[in-house]
Amino acid sequence: MNRFIQIHNVEMTFTTKKGSFHALREIDLIVEQGEFVTLIGHSGCGKSTLLNLIAGLTKPTGGSLLCDNREISAPGPERAVVFQNHSLLPWLSCFDNVHLAVERVFGASETKAQLDARTKAALELVGMGHALAKRPHEISGGMKQRVGIARALAMEPKVLLMDEPFGALDALTRARLQDELLAIVAKTRSTVVMVTHDVDEAVLLSDRIVMMTNGPAATIGEVLRIDIPRPRNRVELAEDPDYVHARKAVIDFLYTRHAHRETIAA
Amino acid sequence: MVSAVFHSPRAVADTPAAERSSPAKPALTLASPPSSPTPAAAPEREPFDFQGLLGKVLPPVLGIALLIGIWALLTMKSTTFPSPAATFDAAVKLFADPFYSKGPNDQGIGWNILFSLQRVALGFGLAAAVGIPAGFIIGRFEFVNRMFSPLISLLRPVSPLAWLPIGLLVFKAANPAAIWTIFICSIWPMVVNTAVGVQRVPQDYLNVARVLNLSEWKVMTRILLPAVLPYMLTGVRLSVGTAWLVIVAAEMLTGGVGIGFWVWDEWNNLNVQHIIIAIFVIGIVGLALEQLLILIAKRFSFDQ
Repeated sequence: MNRFIQIHNVEMTFTTKKGSFHALREIDLIVEQGEFVTLIGHSGCGKSTLLNLIAGLTKPTGGSLLCDNREISAPGPERAVVFQNHSLLPWLSCFDNVHLAVERVFGASETKAQLDARTKAALELVGMGHALAKRPHEISGGMKQRVGIARALAMEPKVLLMDEPFGALDALTRARLQDELLAIVAKTRSTVVMVTHDVDEAVLLSDRIVMMTNGPAATIGEVLRIDIPRPRNRVELAEDPDYVHARKAVIDFLYTRHAHRETIAA
Repeated sequence: MVSAVFHSPRAVADTPAAERSSPAKPALTLASPPSSPTPAAAPEREPFDFQGLLGKVLPPVLGIALLIGIWALLTMKSTTFPSPAATFDAAVKLFADPFYSKGPNDQGIGWNILFSLQRVALGFGLAAAVGIPAGFIIGRFEFVNRMFSPLISLLRPVSPLAWLPIGLLVFKAANPAAIWTIFICSIWPMVVNTAVGVQRVPQDYLNVARVLNLSEWKVMTRILLPAVLPYMLTGVRLSVGTAWLVIVAAEMLTGGVGIGFWVWDEWNNLNVQHIIIAIFVIGIVGLALEQLLILIAKRFSFDQ
């Protein structure tokens, strides 16, 4: 296990028309290779901002971010992002949406047949092999999100960054996609950083839960390690004392203690 | 399938807003229904929906009948203004030989329309070739946008005829001046709509481009162009309408062969029937141009 993503003393201040807004302060976080980390916190606590910083979509106003010992200065395919609202291009079919990513990453080194095979494999991995030719508007919200995940996975990224990927889905679809994500991550051994506001989702999926204090000037309040062995089964976990305990700890942080964020800040 | 074969009132209500908002739609429906509802493709012969067909065809027919009725009533005792019947007779004669040519000032109506369309095509084509790329640049770069928006706001409302003398001065000939006038009047909707389209490309799509690290060429062809296309085609549609409006006015002043000049020529001959025919012809050609572009727009637009 190495220090794969290193975040040191990161500060983020946005300049808006109403003046400057201090979003994040003193963020220190290390994510190891193959680790599943979730960022959890109330709305507006800057968890998506932190994810965008790791993605390279925004640049920090202070501190440094490293991925695989290289500074993160711009977005890149080695840090694939699954966006909250799927962000598929509506004029391309599911196949073409994924193919766009595959072509970018492997186009220089592989034949056309290999690229097509990669695209199909990625879509089959998320159970969308039947809808290659469909346009995004022809499939359901859950299916779009699967294609979004397929697009990210197809790039064989070093890190998978997910911004509330299941936030817009109904509870049943969300549960099914969480299970599938667990299976996929177990198979691909991806490093994942995921933003969520769902406590159960965080506990079920994570190796570590990073709990953030309220903004403005949010920071990491507490980090909780979840030592429940994998593979995890949501039905069995429902009465598992470790699961219940972890869940209680997160809820306690979010609803009882986050008001006293100044005393919690490490 | 059912709605494609049978024109029930519901199917009429479902026609896209773009089509319904077109004010000239009824005239086109009048011409098309006899061909479209043929149930030849239907595997089983279900009872034909005459009531639905009636509901679609009857209102436009009534509208046109009302117009012709009022026209006939008003011209019953008039000696100067031709009645519908007289105009129809003149039209039959006129369209019996649309492509004759007796010298530069006396040519068939077909030639006049074609010459006008050629000018429109040239002026409009040049406007599209300049306006659409300009719109992309203005939309993509904030600095250029701020540089040109005041100029566009200033020049856009200028009447077409005000541009004509400039064209005559520069080109020293009537035909290029007319084309220039069409160019300058039909360029603005394309510039403005394309620029707005580029500014409204959702940030999500651009973020996708950044995460995938796409090349400029891929960003252009796979993301910007498809996202802007619906806006662009709206601009093109408005522009064609403007171009066809402008040509009549410009040709009245410049002369030559063309529908605008023909109207003025017939006015000098005091041939009012022909002027009325020209008004209908101009309307129908304008409608046809618009419908053609709506068809193209539908073909290239993606369904969200």
